[in-house]
Amino acid sequence: MQTHQYDVVIVGAGGAGMRAALESSARVRTAVISKLYPTRSHTGAAQGGMCAALANVEEDNWEWHTFDTVKGGDYLVDQDAAEVMAKEAIDAVLDLEKMGLPFNRTPEGRIDQRRFGGHTRNHGEAAVRRSCYAADRTGHMILQTLYQNCVKNDVEFFNEFYVLDLLVDHDLAAGHVPEGEEVNVSGVVAYELATGEIHVFQAKSVVLATGGAGKIFKTTSNAHTLTGDGMALAYRRGIPLEDMEFFQFHPTGLAGLGILLSEAARGEGGILRNSEGERFMERYAPTIKDLAPRDIVARSMANEVREGRGAGPNKDYVLLDLTHLDPAHIDAKLPDITEFARTYLGVEPYTEPVPVYPTAHYAMGGVPTNIEGEVLRNEHDVIRGLYAAGEVACVSVHGSNRLGTNSLLDINVFGKRAGISAAHYAAQASFVDLPEDPAATVVAELEQMRTRPDGERVADVRRALQETMDANAQVFRTEESLHQALADLRELQKRYQAVSVQDKSRTFNTDLLEAVELGFLLDIAETVVVGALNRQESRGGHFREDYPDRDDKRFMRHTMAYRRPLPEGRRSSKGDGDAKGAFAHSTTFEGYQLVLGSKDVVVTRYQPMERKY
Amino acid sequence: MTAVAEAPAQKVGEVASFTVTMRVMRYLPDENGDAVPRWDEFQVESHGTDRVLDALHKIKWEQDGSLTFRRSCAHGVCGSDAMRINGRNRLACKTLLKDLDPSKPITVEPIKGLPVVKDLVVDMEPFFASYREIMPFLITTGNEPTKERLQSAAQRERFDDTTKCILCAACTSSCPVFWTDGQYFGPAAIVNAHRFIFDSRDEGGAQRLEILNDKEGVWRCRTTFNCTEACPRGIEVTKAIQEVKRAMITRAF
Repeated sequence: MQTHQYDVVIVGAGGAGMRAALESSARVRTAVISKLYPTRSHTGAAQGGMCAALANVEEDNWEWHTFDTVKGGDYLVDQDAAEVMAKEAIDAVLDLEKMGLPFNRTPEGRIDQRRFGGHTRNHGEAAVRRSCYAADRTGHMILQTLYQNCVKNDVEFFNEFYVLDLLVDHDLAAGHVPEGEEVNVSGVVAYELATGEIHVFQAKSVVLATGGAGKIFKTTSNAHTLTGDGMALAYRRGIPLEDMEFFQFHPTGLAGLGILLSEAARGEGGILRNSEGERFMERYAPTIKDLAPRDIVARSMANEVREGRGAGPNKDYVLLDLTHLDPAHIDAKLPDITEFARTYLGVEPYTEPVPVYPTAHYAMGGVPTNIEGEVLRNEHDVIRGLYAAGEVACVSVHGSNRLGTNSLLDINVFGKRAGISAAHYAAQASFVDLPEDPAATVVAELEQMRTRPDGERVADVRRALQETMDANAQVFRTEESLHQALADLRELQKRYQAVSVQDKSRTFNTDLLEAVELGFLLDIAETVVVGALNRQESRGGHFREDYPDRDDKRFMRHTMAYRRPLPEGRRSSKGDGDAKGAFAHSTTFEGYQLVLGSKDVVVTRYQPMERKY
Repeated sequence: MTAVAEAPAQKVGEVASFTVTMRVMRYLPDENGDAVPRWDEFQVESHGTDRVLDALHKIKWEQDGSLTFRRSCAHGVCGSDAMRINGRNRLACKTLLKDLDPSKPITVEPIKGLPVVKDLVVDMEPFFASYREIMPFLITTGNEPTKERLQSAAQRERFDDTTKCILCAACTSSCPVFWTDGQYFGPAAIVNAHRFIFDSRDEGGAQRLEILNDKEGVWRCRTTFNCTEACPRGIEVTKAIQEVKRAMITRAF
């Protein structure tokens, strides 16, 4: 075992992690720990762009962007955070340009901008050109540019190190810690893939930037490595997860594969059609049609298929039509995604429409933070020294449905903020003592899993998890389907206790790490399903067929999910937040319970209205 | 243009299931780090749209959990899974089995020229070290503008091709010069130098050209075009290297 000491440790080297690292490393001694090489992160798969009201091509302002974000999130957005994001978006884009990002340009040489779903002029009047982009590989260029600047600034990386535990000086999962009591982070425990060695990192500040958890679903645009590690680590340590029931299903995944075709395809004029050739979005969103927010488009598509108007031999997808666009325009603006259609489906987008169906894409929920990136352990109290940014976090700028391009924006704005906050805190704080034998839990779990002679295959349990989530907790949900998912999950958690790996070695043992990641996925899935069961309303990405309307009276609050010990005797275990009314529920699992609580939504300028496009 | 796929005529679902033989180069170090490379064969049930990566996953998940390879995004943008498939460098996630003649065994080996760690996993450090050496970041002097730097669409287009690089190492590890001389910067590092040398906003071109004028720099390129053929992003790598060579002659030196 090796021990390291840094002022700031950043977990994850995607967009949020590297943006934080650029700030933090300029101020204090910083290490970035990542389970992948930095440029492998899934930020690189983002295609369409990053919105900012630069007004380079038409009138725009950040207040309109704020409004669109709030409305897009079906009013579950914290409006103070949305305002920060929309305001700082402009500098975030300019920062990237100055770092070297090759944005597409206008004839005047300025950063070009294009339309994107849900982004409008003057509070919904018409679509606005707000998205700054680099062809259809904006995320790739952001990831490359941030890594290039990390190289320039000599940022220290620990590549292919898996963080497997978060060290906090109170075990929040073991019981209730009174409000106001000081809780501190002291570091993380990591596993070096190349050697199997354990590393303990003592740090004054830890920034979680581990990304999403799309692999709880079968059909997903997410990378194999997006297994919710940071969320699960926090949850296991008793830190709540916020709004986990809100998962975004992106409308245009390649049918049957889930590989993403950017919304930019529709931003550039692409049209969705059903088997009858009808432009069906005209019926669902008469004003902005195909450029309605993702939850609405995804639901409309699923509905077309359900009502028998799906295309293809099994009538199980709809068609994205680009054939009316000039091939030269397609090549200039959408080269990568049209190539995906050719490579993976053998479809030529110049002349044939592309089969598409919604694909699990983005977790709106995550580790709760305030606008400085500080992690909350209940409604009010922060954990000192712990920060989170990007998809792992819930700040909450996306509410119940994220607008396209706002994730690339989120990682830049809040990655930067978290990096600065973490460094400022570390500059004046002292190290917190590590617990005795800090790696004990991790070592014991790994050894148990590695040495268990025979048992369940990781892949079988994972497949069963993904199948039940797709069948029961996807675009359409009901009480019945969610109960089924919960029952399946309990069964799978039991089976997980018996998984064994075939690879017993210490060198680059990905078999073992896949088993660990499956454990994370099971934990995340439980928070998604329980949150979805409790939320008896439909809002944004969460659609309950048995409760098709939004219910502001009962549910205009953020869900908080806490892992807590089982109640002793008749005393019921407490969550740490406000657990009144609709959120006063707990669900028992093997050895612990999930206690729900809730948190206020910050409303500043915009009162909830009906969401029409 | 990005890479052009050999567009198959079939529609989704029209290609039936088939069994394919995967011949995989194994290298499994023991506790002392010793290992003898060997070929293992696996029979895999596959479907029309399955890629080599799907076949490797099926082996790992259903037959032999110790089979080790890197992967992440699984659609050709993260650059994790470059490997030698039927003797050619490609991304496993972008190579469809049916395009490879599945009636014959499909061979899969690690990319060449970098130390093998385990099975298909190689040590990427030497590769990234070369990349870092060419100063792969925008270098400017003077005051920062308050807004964006201006750049015309044509100036932006000038280096578009080399911005596509995903650092997968398919090009560098296909280069015969790199195989025999690990000190050579290799195509990927030169591609990333090109990306900045031809960026109108950049002022570090002369420094980069000087680095690449080294005896292990661009002049070692023998123009075999292996790199261009290997690039899963369709970057005209050899052309980029030639342009860097030309810049050395026509610019400062």
